[in-house]
Order: sequence, then C-alpha cells, then structure tokens
Amino acid sequence: MTRSLKPALFLVCLLPLAWWFWLGFQQQLGANPIEFITHGTGDWTLRLLLLTLLMTPLKRGFGWAWPLRVRRMLGLFAFFYATLHLFTYLWLDQFFDWGEIGRDILERPFITLGMTGYVLLLPLALTSTKAMMKRLGRNWKKLHHLVYLVATLGVLHFWWLVKADVREPLLYAALLGILLLARLYWARLTTRAGASSFRGA
Amino acid sequence: MLIRKPTDILPSEITPESLYRQRRRFLQGGLALGATLLAGGLLAPAARAARALEAVKNAAFSAQEDLTPYQDVTSYNNFYEFGTRKDDPAKHAHTLRTEPWSLTIEGEVAKPGTYTLEDILKPHALEERIYRLRCVEGWSMVIPWVGFPLADLLQRFEPTSRARYVEFVTLRDPEQMPGLRWPVLDWPYVEGLRMDEALHPLTLLAVGLYGKALPNQNGAPIRLVVPWKYGFKSIKSIVTIRFREDQPTSSWMAAAPREYGFYSNVNPEVDHPRWSQRRERRIGEIRKRDTLMFNGYGEQVAQLYQGMDLRKHF
Repeated sequence: MTRSLKPALFLVCLLPLAWWFWLGFQQQLGANPIEFITHGTGDWTLRLLLLTLLMTPLKRGFGWAWPLRVRRMLGLFAFFYATLHLFTYLWLDQFFDWGEIGRDILERPFITLGMTGYVLLLPLALTSTKAMMKRLGRNWKKLHHLVYLVATLGVLHFWWLVKADVREPLLYAALLGILLLARLYWARLTTRAGASSFRGA
Repeated sequence: MLIRKPTDILPSEITPESLYRQRRRFLQGGLALGATLLAGGLLAPAARAARALEAVKNAAFSAQEDLTPYQDVTSYNNFYEFGTRKDDPAKHAHTLRTEPWSLTIEGEVAKPGTYTLEDILKPHALEERIYRLRCVEGWSMVIPWVGFPLADLLQRFEPTSRARYVEFVTLRDPEQMPGLRWPVLDWPYVEGLRMDEALHPLTLLAVGLYGKALPNQNGAPIRLVVPWKYGFKSIKSIVTIRFREDQPTSSWMAAAPREYGFYSNVNPEVDHPRWSQRRERRIGEIRKRDTLMFNGYGEQVAQLYQGMDLRKHF
C-alpha cells in the first residue's frame, strides 16, 4: 500500500491541471479564461500548502508514518501550482510588461504579498532534495520553517484580493490558524515535558 | 448632446431590416407573452428571457466595436444578490420573479407613487444602443442594450427644484435572492447619480439586451446603464427611484469608502487601491487594451465635471 501511495498521490495532484486542460479543449473555461486559470492555480497553491502543513499534525496525532513520506511531494506540488499561478500572471495577464508588473508589485499590497510569498517559497523548493538536506544539516529545518510565513502570506494575498465577500479567504485563514495553533500547543507540551528533541515542521 | 452627422453612420451599423421591421412597444411584447401564458405555457424564466423586444437602433449612440457574445454577457456577471462568483447569477437568478414588478418613485418629485412596470414603460419607445461596459475589476464588454433614456422617465414625474440627486435601490428579497443570506454588502444595493448625470442623454434605463428581454442575471426587469462609469454604478433590478437634495451613499461607498467614491467615473489615471485602472481586458480577447478616460465617452460627458478634481471626486 505504502509503495503505491506516492505514485497515486502524484497523479491526484495533477488532476486540477488535467481538469483545466479538459475544460480548455471543451471551451468551458468561461468568459474570462485567464482569470479562471489565475484563480484556479492560486486556489490549488493554497490548498496544497495547507495539506503540506497538515502532515506533521497527522503524524503526531495518529502516529502514522506515511504523512511525512508524502510531505515533500505535496510541498513541491504547492510550488508547482504557485509557479503556474505566477506565470499566468506574468505572461497571460501582463504579457511580460515589466513596467506594469513593477508598479503592481510596488503599489498593490496583495501582489506585493503574493510575490514575497513566492520568493520565499523558491529556496524551499530548491533545497528539497536529500543532498541539500544533508548539506544544510540543522539549518535545513530552520529554513523550512519559512513555510509558515509563506502560507500566511498566501492567505493574506487572497484576503486582500477579494472585494467584499471574505468567506473563502476566511476559511483558509481558519484552517491555517488551526494548523499553526496545533504546532504551538505541541511545542508547549514538549517544553513542559522537558523533552527538547521534538520540533514540528 | 451628441448629434452625429448622417455620414457618420456606417451601413454596418444599421440593424438588418428583418430584425427590426417595425416599431412595436414593449407592452405588445407583454401582451403576446400573456397570450402564451393563457395558452397554457408556464412562467418559465427561459420563456421570458427569449421574449423578443422591438427596438429601433440608435446609431448615434452606438459604439462601432465587436459585440461581446451573448453567452458571455449572460454568464459572467456581478450580481451579489445571487452570489459573489461570476457564474453565480446565471446559476441562481432564476428564482427572481420579475412579473409582477412595480417601481416606487419618491422624494423630491411632484408625482410620487408606486407604479407597475407596464405603467412605467408604456409611454417610452425602446431603442437599441451599443455601449461599452467597463468593470472596476479590469474587464470590459460591448453590449447591445434595449432601453430608453432615463431622462425621459425622470421628467415624466416632475422632480422639484430641490431634487439634486437621484438614488436607485435594487430589490431586497431573501426568498428570491440567496446571496442576501450573507451581509457581503449592506442590503439593499443602492446607487446614485447627480441630477445632470441622470438626465444626460447617454444614461439609459435598459429592459433588454441583444433584442430580447433582460435575463434575470443581467438585472431584469429594469436596470440602469451609465456607460462612462464603472459597471457597479449600473444598478440592476430597480424597485425604487428616489429624488434627493443630498448626495446618496452607494452600497460600495459604504462598504469601502477609500476604494469607491460617489462618482466612480472610468478613469485610467486614478487607480483602485487594489488594482490598476490603466488597462482592461475586453472579454473574448487575450491581451489588455488601454482604458479610455470616461470609458471613451469623454466628448459627451467631460463637461459635466469641469473644474472638478477627479482625483478627489473619484
């Protein structure tokens, strides 16, 4: 079962992309396809980031081993969809008009946040290999704590984009809040127990 | 006033004779529908949406641009009373009952009262006008509206000398409008115009598009169209028109005063705090185009704002 878990999950993570291609061939991407793809890739970046952050609590809560084995793949898929999201914006939305992109980054807080989030996600993706883990040693974990900040920036990026209906970003914020609070809770437990060996990620 | 020389009217702008062979009033369309209903038809939204309207094309008020396809105009909408996603209105607005419909005229006016839609429409001949619609979100469409000038209606009810603004209110009925369950905005939806804006010949009350009665998601049975302002000013499914001495507060002004002003004229120089207004994507096109001052209607409307700082009065 464990052996087929990773390939199966890999294919599942590609389903959103396959779905968009299917819709595209059927001409079903709606009146504003670029907006559709921008929102879709953004949604899946956030969902995969939150799923990545769910793995450690699953392991802790249930004692399962598999969550930590798929965590990297989920994180890399979050990066994959974030990259598609960014390039949809740079290419299809702005057609690489760097003046306009620069102004967007400087003047629109939600784009500033989104860009910052992506820039911080980049080193995490680049250091996701076993070799990099070994090379960075203890610093690897420290570096990868950045994912908390990245997820927070992602949720804020979504929140500041919506005009009035904040229900959806609120849901993501609540889920992120739970995932972060769970870590705080366990961190306190560990400190109180005097055991310093555990550190969640 | 915009009066074009006859030479400005291209043959391509003139609606084919087969489509609009003769003038016929909206009421007659209504009677025809009534007959259909008596004949055993149900009050199905599809039947109403398909009802054809007779209108004469007003070439002087028609943009010479490719029309946005009917499918896009009627499936990509902002009508938060039916949900905040673009496809929500088309999915959910079938619950809106547009017949019977009445409109209340009140405030600083000599002939206040509540009138049936038929009474409201009776004296007005319908015309077709092709307008650009620019949404504050950075997309735009070109839509062939069917309607009549708002000014004609307002003058019928004789506003008093104290009437300096006109306020419009959308229906608020949670039973028909599932979006009202959540306070996204302070319902009902309210918009307003200065009197001279309301009386401007470009300002249209629309009852149809593409030669047919308005689909519910587009603001049936009667809506405003103010083509030089961002789309949200063009309030849908109107139930009240109120003449006022003081400036009304629109729903969006109340929701985010730093982001939405009373005027909300299309202005590429004044950015929305969260997105640029310099360019727009015409629905159906990939690359963006430059946004024009007053959505390209500057020649007609710029004089309304002479001497005003449009950065301050955004």
